Amino acid sequence: MNSKTADRIATGVFITIAIIIISILVGLFYYILVNGLKHISLEFLTTPSSNVRAGGGIRDQLFNSFYILFITMLIALPLGIGGGIYMAEYAKPGKITDMVRSCIEVLASLPSIVIGMFGLLMFVNLTGWGYTILGGALALTVFNLPVIVRVSEDAIRAVPRELKEGSLALGITKWHTIKTVLLPSAFPSILTGAILAAGRVFGEAAALLFTAGLSTPRLDYANWNPFSPQSPLNIFRPAETLAVHIWSVNTQGLIPDVEEVSNGSAAVLVLSVLVFNLLARWIGSMIHKKATASK
Amino acid sequence: MTYFRGVWCIMEKLEPAKDRLLKSKKNWLDGEIRGRILVILCAVIMISATISITIFLGSKGLQSFIKNGVSLIEFITSTHWNPTNLAKPEYGALPFIFGSFAVTLLSALVAAPLGIGGAIFMTEIAPSWGRKILQPVIELLVGIPSVVYGFIGLTILVPFIREHVGGLGFSLLSGTIVLSIMILPTVTTIATDAMSSLPKNLREGSYALGATRWQTIRKVLIPAALPTLLTAIVLGMARAFGEALAVQMVIGNVRDLPTSLLDASATLTTIITLNMGHTTYGSVENNTLWSMGLILLIMSFAFILLIRYLSSRRKM
Repeated sequence: MNSKTADRIATGVFITIAIIIISILVGLFYYILVNGLKHISLEFLTTPSSNVRAGGGIRDQLFNSFYILFITMLIALPLGIGGGIYMAEYAKPGKITDMVRSCIEVLASLPSIVIGMFGLLMFVNLTGWGYTILGGALALTVFNLPVIVRVSEDAIRAVPRELKEGSLALGITKWHTIKTVLLPSAFPSILTGAILAAGRVFGEAAALLFTAGLSTPRLDYANWNPFSPQSPLNIFRPAETLAVHIWSVNTQGLIPDVEEVSNGSAAVLVLSVLVFNLLARWIGSMIHKKATASK
Repeated sequence: MTYFRGVWCIMEKLEPAKDRLLKSKKNWLDGEIRGRILVILCAVIMISATISITIFLGSKGLQSFIKNGVSLIEFITSTHWNPTNLAKPEYGALPFIFGSFAVTLLSALVAAPLGIGGAIFMTEIAPSWGRKILQPVIELLVGIPSVVYGFIGLTILVPFIREHVGGLGFSLLSGTIVLSIMILPTVTTIATDAMSSLPKNLREGSYALGATRWQTIRKVLIPAALPTLLTAIVLGMARAFGEALAVQMVIGNVRDLPTSLLDASATLTTIITLNMGHTTYGSVENNTLWSMGLILLIMSFAFILLIRYLSSRRKM
């Protein structure tokens, strides 16, 4: 076989691989959307789920997913951005910085089930809270923190040096420069990264199994008192999220319409993640256009 | 004249300039110090989170050996897992350890050629349009949550294997396929970065010597990018090793050592997922689950060390 033929065969193989990858994705999305979209209706989204009978919806699960995401971001964003500022501006090369970096690396590579187990130990048993939204959100914070730190560090480092030096040359102190010059100009990238991370958190289930639990109490959406056990806003109640719901109806559910419910939930989940991704991209490009005045 | 006197009077009332400047400087420093403390606090929280995860999971995972007297050798080497047998409980986790390593290695074997091939397609074969199509595809694959992969595996893959290949459908094979699709984006992304960061003159030098594209890829580009390509595969394996729910839904979860690809099996993560909820906290069986968690933790450290080793080779 001469080298020309080998070259042609290799090119063919690479194209086949690309086609395989693309068809996997197309197949997955086709299946999820075609089977899922017909089950998504206003009724499906607004009725509570049922444990034994057919016809349950995903109202509470959907709310729980967004609520846990919100609480997670509320904790993870300040911490992560703070960590990013530290890594970008304060950390001097040396042992301590190396250690912080290793810690971020370790946190980022921990399997989510291990984070879930840590959450069970720390936020469920040690604190005595039981399965709570707050416990789930804290576990997800651990899971999410390395991403936010990396995103904000990169964003702050990407701010042009002249901006920072100009500000320092005007006699403005370092912290004030960070607050008023670096953070605002790094904001678009941090936002984009945070939305992408939010998509990841939204679909996460393994870390929540043992921290936020597999059940949701009967919720009363008219009750806005965050301390009442029936209130959806109570952060000390167990909460099953959408991703956990898909898992639990498939592995331990008793309802007869498992397939319909999980098809619908999977479609909602994938569509939400898709919206997060598109949103991140759209905001990123919009702010980029505004900032650089290009079309 | 009166004007100057007025100014002088005002100045008299104020403190001397020296004190004023010193004081204001101190105020500025206050904000400065507060900011510094704030961000250092964030870093400290991250370090303490990592350390407390290691310590808590480590001590909890060792309890079954220290407090409950489960033999470490039995735990790692015995294939008999029978914790509910009251007369003679057995705690051999080898089938699960084997299952974890088997699905990890097998899925890496599937995902590595696909991922690196995809990366080469994007960077070498069709750098312009290929990348425009494949890049979003990969990003979308990352975005699909793991339970959705598991659910699709359960509803499509498992029946398909049952009918067309044989066995129950719940098998090592199903787990491997689901995992390889899940780690494909990780491998592809990093491999693409590796290939596109190679200096251009490598390619041009090779082409100038009359090498074909395949020869260039095989003899020049892949060897040059090898450490990073290996990092890509190791990162994919780390992800596969820790993945829980998707595998749990398709692998069958039996306690026996699988003898073929079509046998049902179990991994460390799937056993933890299944049993953590309905074993009593503090019981021996529950403690052995924590020991399995500790193995996961140790493996994730091992993967980090491996990646560090690979990246130190890259720098040379």
